[in-house]
Amino acid sequence: MEMPAPNAAVLSRKQQIVKRLLTVLSADAVISDIAETRAYECDALTAYRCPPLCAVLPSTTQDVSEVLKICHEMGVPVVPRGSGTSLAGGALPTADCVILGAARMNAVIETNYDDRYVRVQTGRTNLSVTGAVEENDFFYAPDPSSQLACAIAGNIAMNSGGAHCLKYGVTTNNLLGVTMVMMDGTVVDIGGAHLDASGLDILGVICGSEGQLGVVTEATLRILRKPEGARPVLMGYDSSEVAGQVVTDIIKAGILPVAIEFMDRPCIEATEAFAKAGYPMCEALLIVEVEGSEQEIDDQLALIMAIASKHNPVELRQAGDADEAARIWLGRKSAFGAMGQINDYMCLDGTIPVSSLPHVLKRIAEMSEEFGLDVGNVFHAGDGNMHPLILFDANKPGDLELCEEFGAEILKLCVEVGGCLTGEHGVGIEKRDLMHVQYDPADLEAQMAVKDVLDPRWLLNAAKVFPLDASEPRRAA
Amino acid sequence: MTPETEAELAEMIAGANGPLRISGGGTRSIGYSEGAALSIAKMDGITLYEPGALTIVTKTGTPLAEIEAVLAAENQRLAFEPMDHRALLGTSGAPTIGGMVAANVSGPRRIAVGACRDFALGVRFVDGAGSIVKNGGRVMKNVTGYDLVKLMCGSYGTLGVLTEVSLKVLPDVEAVATLVWNDAGWTASSKIFNRALGSPFEVTGAARLPTSRNEPDEVSKTLIRIEGFEKSVQYRVRELLKLFDDLSPSSVETNAQRNHDLWERIRNVAPLAKRPGNVWRTSVKPSDMNKITGKSEYDHVVDWGGGLIWTLTPEGTDLRSEIGDFSGHCTLIRGSADAPSFQPEPAPLAAISAGLRAKFDPRGILNPGLMS
Repeated sequence: MEMPAPNAAVLSRKQQIVKRLLTVLSADAVISDIAETRAYECDALTAYRCPPLCAVLPSTTQDVSEVLKICHEMGVPVVPRGSGTSLAGGALPTADCVILGAARMNAVIETNYDDRYVRVQTGRTNLSVTGAVEENDFFYAPDPSSQLACAIAGNIAMNSGGAHCLKYGVTTNNLLGVTMVMMDGTVVDIGGAHLDASGLDILGVICGSEGQLGVVTEATLRILRKPEGARPVLMGYDSSEVAGQVVTDIIKAGILPVAIEFMDRPCIEATEAFAKAGYPMCEALLIVEVEGSEQEIDDQLALIMAIASKHNPVELRQAGDADEAARIWLGRKSAFGAMGQINDYMCLDGTIPVSSLPHVLKRIAEMSEEFGLDVGNVFHAGDGNMHPLILFDANKPGDLELCEEFGAEILKLCVEVGGCLTGEHGVGIEKRDLMHVQYDPADLEAQMAVKDVLDPRWLLNAAKVFPLDASEPRRAA
Repeated sequence: MTPETEAELAEMIAGANGPLRISGGGTRSIGYSEGAALSIAKMDGITLYEPGALTIVTKTGTPLAEIEAVLAAENQRLAFEPMDHRALLGTSGAPTIGGMVAANVSGPRRIAVGACRDFALGVRFVDGAGSIVKNGGRVMKNVTGYDLVKLMCGSYGTLGVLTEVSLKVLPDVEAVATLVWNDAGWTASSKIFNRALGSPFEVTGAARLPTSRNEPDEVSKTLIRIEGFEKSVQYRVRELLKLFDDLSPSSVETNAQRNHDLWERIRNVAPLAKRPGNVWRTSVKPSDMNKITGKSEYDHVVDWGGGLIWTLTPEGTDLRSEIGDFSGHCTLIRGSADAPSFQPEPAPLAAISAGLRAKFDPRGILNPGLMS
């Protein structure tokens, strides 16, 4: 992926910029030593690295406002960063940028159980939001795989999902309000503890804007009472067509499981070798989880088992207790690590209409032969959000490029069948240049018009999301 | 003007030389704008319906009733329970999908499953310059680029004219039950809402109907709704009765038709319909309910566990100024007052909204003035 050339004028003023930043932040909150800035050179898309000009770690909304005012005045690009777990390069710096890290803004500001919300600073990690309310049996629903590490700031920027969003929705469905600092330092409150906007739904467009419209410093998040219990069932099938049909039949029967996860044979083989979860060797494995009281779970699982049985499963295993449930989830939760044991991998996350599943899996298998790279599929089947993991060798010259080419072909296929490039990871730099595949110039123009309003000088995370050629006139202006 | 295709609509907008007043079925005439009438009602028809994928794609002029019938045939529904404004506003005609999305219309189940905006997966629209734009798609998870779907949802046609929308749908339910408290005061009602919504029993409605003005024997009803599979509903009702052993409901309604009628009354704000005066719709933090309901002798229909309050005031009354400072928003849905229909926004937010309108509708011709 190409990144724009750094602004030489900004690079040459590094000392002045750092000096100005030190007038509003303490010395330990401004990182400008070249060795230390390396800590911020990449996010979880580690193939791309670039140390920033400097990094700042503000503690309050006011700090962020002061920092942005200075950067705005001096024309310095800013890249906001949550915990740096983006798989799409959303927090990848440019050499001329200030990394604005949310890590020190991790306080819980307010918990309110009567109104069922929690207000936090956005540097707080996803799991620790639930941690702040679980003693009262509440939880924050969106649960990205990286939830131990990822920050709410990044969740909002990418509109993160998770395994349980079939029932609970993604970040945007659980976000009630934010405090955001605009690039010129203006602080704006959007939404709050009440529902929905009276005027334009600005909150709706802020969520998922990949840190390009403003820096969200505080968030009001909806919390829910924990369900009484949850239990999964595991089923194996001889073909992905049949497994796809099972998913459709469950949904059409009026059951709304909290999660429906899918793994294909290469992924099952890898996880068995790694985690030994006792999965059956088959073409397609499904894990379906439902929630409720013990009796409600039994009733729902009975319905699901009846549907599953009709399609001749090679294995059908219901979790009787928490241990068995954990065993069923073990392989799925180890899948990424297991693939990583075999080789380096690239994780895609295109979404497709559920009905296209068999066709897409077949085409991916064919392309795997053509490109000579192995691929395993593990994904959220209920909503069609795929996660093909393409294996490659980072030390082998040309392999990364080949892998990226293969990945691009898969994503084009997702769009071709009526889906999209990214379901929950975001565009970042990874899918930036593929945006033309999904959107016409007029569609991109409309999106860029929103950035023109909120960040007219295109200083915030500007080299992401939009193809460089499409955004060039704006970035250059 | 009644375009039949998106291309025709684009031409009309590009060629327009004055303001346009955009309507779907014309049943949700909230706020005021002037201009030449432009109706989307002839751009209709379902483009795609995949029950197994829980998605429907439809042209925006399609009557809502048609969509609901098609979904019902597959035992599915629009889970956000859009209200029908006709009785409340005294309008006639057929509500359209376009109007529903443009006004982000949601009903009692919004607190459990989300609003119309949470079920909108994709849009196509024509902006104020006549450009055809699409955003989102027809899959349930999509973070490809900015979410203009949400921006369009609830923009009342002021950013563009919607031509097609994709919606997520959900299965219909087997059984419904409602716990009913007769004549519970505001404080008791708050307590009922908070306790029920803070339970793990997935309450899908928490509302209050006022005492009838015509028949004072018909006292106020505070309502908690449970939906799902028959056995599950029975179980949850039993558990809720235990939870309320110190504050027992007057009755439990399990009849399907009567439940339907009861929640339709809430959804369509029936107690305030066909009565003279202003109707205000206030969205607040639920525990702030009494800031509105405790202030006056006005009639209120309360929904969303106290978070949504419909209030009938005398004609000309400005409820917003009577409430004073509060966190949330208050919209004049029907009637007139010496105040804007929509809640004025704080300066930084108003500047963003104005900026967006200037970009999407540079000539200011789409429902001008309606939201400001």
